[in-house]
Amino acid sequence: MKIRHFVFSSAAVSIAAALGLSGCKKSDSNVINIGEVAAMTGTTATFGQSSHNGTQMAVDEINAAGGLLGKQIKLITEDDQSKQGEAGIVAKKLISRSKISALLGEVASGRSLEMAPIAQAAGVPMISPASTNPKVTEAGDYVFRVCFIDPFQGTVMSKFALSKGWKKVAILTDTKQDYSVGLTEFFKKHFTENGGTITGEQSYASQDKDFKAQLTAIKAGNPDAIFASGYYNEVALIAVQARELGINVPLLGGDGWDSDSLIEVGGKAMEGCYYSNHFSNEDQSPAIQEFVKKYESKHGRKPDAMAALGYDSAKILFEAIKRANSVEGPALRDAIAATKDYAGITGSITLDAQRNATKPAVILTIKDGKVVYTETITP
Amino acid sequence: MEQFLQQLLNGLFQGSIYALIALGYTMVYGVLRFINFAHGDVFMLGAFTAYGMNKVMGPALASMPWPVALILVLLVSMVACAALGILIEFLAYRRLRNGPRLNVLITAIGVSLFIEYSAQLLFGATQRGFPALIPREAIANTGGLTISVAQVIVLVTTILLLVSLRFVVMKTKMGLAMRALSLNPTASTLMGVNNSVVISFTFGLGSALAAAGGILYASLYGGIDPFMGIQPGLKAFVAAVLGGIGNIPGAALGGLLIGITETLVRGYSDKVGIPSGYSDGVAFVILILILIFKPSGLLGKVEREKV
Amino acid sequence: MKRYSAQIALIIALAVSLGISLASNSIDAYYLDIALNVGINIILAVSLNLVNGHTGQFSLGHAAFMAVGAYGASIFTLEASSKLVPMLGGPSAFATGLAFLIALVIGGLCAAICGWLVGMPSLRLKGDYLAIVTLGFNEIVRVILQNTSGNGMFGGPLGLKGIPPHTTFFWVFALAAICVYVVASMVNSTYGRGFLAVRDDEVAAGSMGINTVRYKVTAFVTGSFFAGLSGGLYAHLRTTISPEGFNFLKSFDIVVIVILGGMGSTAGVVLAAILLTVLNEFLRDFEQYRMIVFSLLLIIMMIVRPQGLLPSLPFLNRKKSA
Repeated sequence: MKIRHFVFSSAAVSIAAALGLSGCKKSDSNVINIGEVAAMTGTTATFGQSSHNGTQMAVDEINAAGGLLGKQIKLITEDDQSKQGEAGIVAKKLISRSKISALLGEVASGRSLEMAPIAQAAGVPMISPASTNPKVTEAGDYVFRVCFIDPFQGTVMSKFALSKGWKKVAILTDTKQDYSVGLTEFFKKHFTENGGTITGEQSYASQDKDFKAQLTAIKAGNPDAIFASGYYNEVALIAVQARELGINVPLLGGDGWDSDSLIEVGGKAMEGCYYSNHFSNEDQSPAIQEFVKKYESKHGRKPDAMAALGYDSAKILFEAIKRANSVEGPALRDAIAATKDYAGITGSITLDAQRNATKPAVILTIKDGKVVYTETITP
Repeated sequence: MEQFLQQLLNGLFQGSIYALIALGYTMVYGVLRFINFAHGDVFMLGAFTAYGMNKVMGPALASMPWPVALILVLLVSMVACAALGILIEFLAYRRLRNGPRLNVLITAIGVSLFIEYSAQLLFGATQRGFPALIPREAIANTGGLTISVAQVIVLVTTILLLVSLRFVVMKTKMGLAMRALSLNPTASTLMGVNNSVVISFTFGLGSALAAAGGILYASLYGGIDPFMGIQPGLKAFVAAVLGGIGNIPGAALGGLLIGITETLVRGYSDKVGIPSGYSDGVAFVILILILIFKPSGLLGKVEREKV
Repeated sequence: MKRYSAQIALIIALAVSLGISLASNSIDAYYLDIALNVGINIILAVSLNLVNGHTGQFSLGHAAFMAVGAYGASIFTLEASSKLVPMLGGPSAFATGLAFLIALVIGGLCAAICGWLVGMPSLRLKGDYLAIVTLGFNEIVRVILQNTSGNGMFGGPLGLKGIPPHTTFFWVFALAAICVYVVASMVNSTYGRGFLAVRDDEVAAGSMGINTVRYKVTAFVTGSFFAGLSGGLYAHLRTTISPEGFNFLKSFDIVVIVILGGMGSTAGVVLAAILLTVLNEFLRDFEQYRMIVFSLLLIIMMIVRPQGLLPSLPFLNRKKSA
């Protein structure tokens, strides 16, 4: 009878599960396992690949210098395919199967938000290289980030817009992404509190291709600029379609724009647009130029902010391990929390009481098909 | 008012793309009585073929006047995708032709996903910029309305293809055979029609139209990725049903209606206070309404189910 | 004794689940996770099988009902549980468990109501159309959930987070056992023959006096209820849910399990659920190839062995006359 089939099979599964006891990996005692979750494939693959390149570079450097606490660092990377839901699953897998001492990731705020409670519950310190939504570190004291947060980033672009005399701005938000929604919220707040007016607010979802309807509505409001808080894929198309509709005002955005694909897809439409970012690879300081050269010789192109942040997040972790002289959860957590004035590629990093970094932002623009540094805005 | 007209125009152009894809759906359904889920993916492949052509022959294409380059790319992609469509039919659907229709439907879903994920494997999921085969300029504003060259070309091409299709179906021998097959497959064999050939031809024709749709869509919106065919494919299917599945003018009408409705919802949603994301659901709401109130579609005939 | 063999098997299954659940702390968390996923997929597949396999209606929107159940149960837990638990006798395991069960049932009922709303008008439609309508419904649910306010009850596109992890081995497998019991009993009863009749030939069934619409709706609503239950279990396992996780691809995953197992065969479907869930997990490193393999598998299965792994009846092999 069918029910007997079921009982039998469920018993089989449970036995297999129980056998999981003996399936425990014996920890390799002369290696420190560090987990990394990144979007190596999928729609935001450039983020994950860049941050992974940066992180791997840091790992290779430290291993070449003899490792930490006498052991080599092993970086175990899992791909979350840019998908919601996957990041949490692979984080769990890394924690329970690979016995990692710390977790690096993710770039996208939405995916970090999934991972944070899991790392917190497991007592595994997590450092996000580039997630800017404030809620990420609110998950608990084991969750850190080495970048600024959206309340700051939103005000950066708002300040910039006002400084250019653009008092009327339209907003285009990607409602499918935590990052975009948060950034819009903070931009709006600062902008309206400081004399700006929002002429119209439109929204779209990631992977949409057609923005003509929203842009037409925006055009009617006659803005001086358009704040597009989403990721590079859609922003590039938005720019192209805006120009086709005869909208020639500049677009403004955040670090979600940072990808080669922005100019590859957006082309001439991106000229004269501005976005805030963590780092400019044109910065002439020796440390940055050395990093840029090393990265370029290894990967054939200049590093973007995600690569720099991936690198910094790993190095800060290693510093903390050195200081704590241990990889035990609580000790490591305290050591990371004590990070002060660390000279990172992306600026001087001090982690505050909320485990966020207070750093200046750079404004970049696109000129003649290249990303060019414009100015720095400090908090 | 001006904004309304502009939105109408936007909807018109978007609708003409849906119409183009819907034509393929409706033809295949009319002849074979099954929904080809993989249609939207042929749409995507057409766009990628054009992208590939541009990569390989870029300078050569750039040296021709753009209408010539466009026609060349269109023709090559259409032929390539027609061949692909015929191949898919031969490999996957032919054997199931006499089985329950559900099996073919499931297979179609399988084919669709196979194409999408293979494309993802080959091309990566990141979006690529589609070359400007049609110059991305706005035509001089007439009274504040902006139309781009691309939009006009899309409309013109859709109308041309529609007219050609109607010609093929109504005035050629093959078209006659297609209509015979759709009425009664057994009788048409008795009348000397080679069903297999007609079916292959139908698939080929539908796929060619999808490929054209893909290129026009990519020209209009600028980006391509392996999953670009899913949403337009679904909406075009709704358009075909809306117009009366199996009915060619109906598909065109359905496409336009859905394009316009969607655009208007998206453009005016903030005035009504709802997020513009709801426009994605508009097509499906229309679908459910039509299937409840007039399942045969706007221009379709009621089919009695015989025992 | 034989008369009650089904009920006895059910009670044994419940007891075994409870036993293993109490020992679950000593099981590797990763494997436990896989096992729980298996259980949830069993419920999803068996409930879909009732609609697709036993009643012959092609529903492509099962994930939508799962979503409704997931959100329903989660919102109840997040909003009302804190008030409910004291009412049930304070923060004991019993009270939390009971509150959880209530949340799950509420999720299931919401899903069932949706099933009824969708089913009533659309079950008049033939196979292909029903497939598209259910697909459309799946999309509509996703779009609605995605466009709710981010700070509101539904959490918008970001979804809900911080759902307490109430799901344990016991709950998953107890409910899976109950689901299998209910579905198998329904179909094997005298009343249940009606489902199979509707599947085999609707017109003939109608002329035999069977109210085909009523059967179809019953199957649909029951299937939706269990899908909702599984959604609630899923939510309290993952602790975060978002609209994107319940899209067409999720529905498709369930459909693949049902087809692989054999439409209409409960045992086959359970087996397929176990196999595919476990396979999925072990192929995680080859994620890029997973969907390609799955879709190819589906195509080949439909051509070569449409009746699935453990077929109940060779009905899908029949040749339909022109």
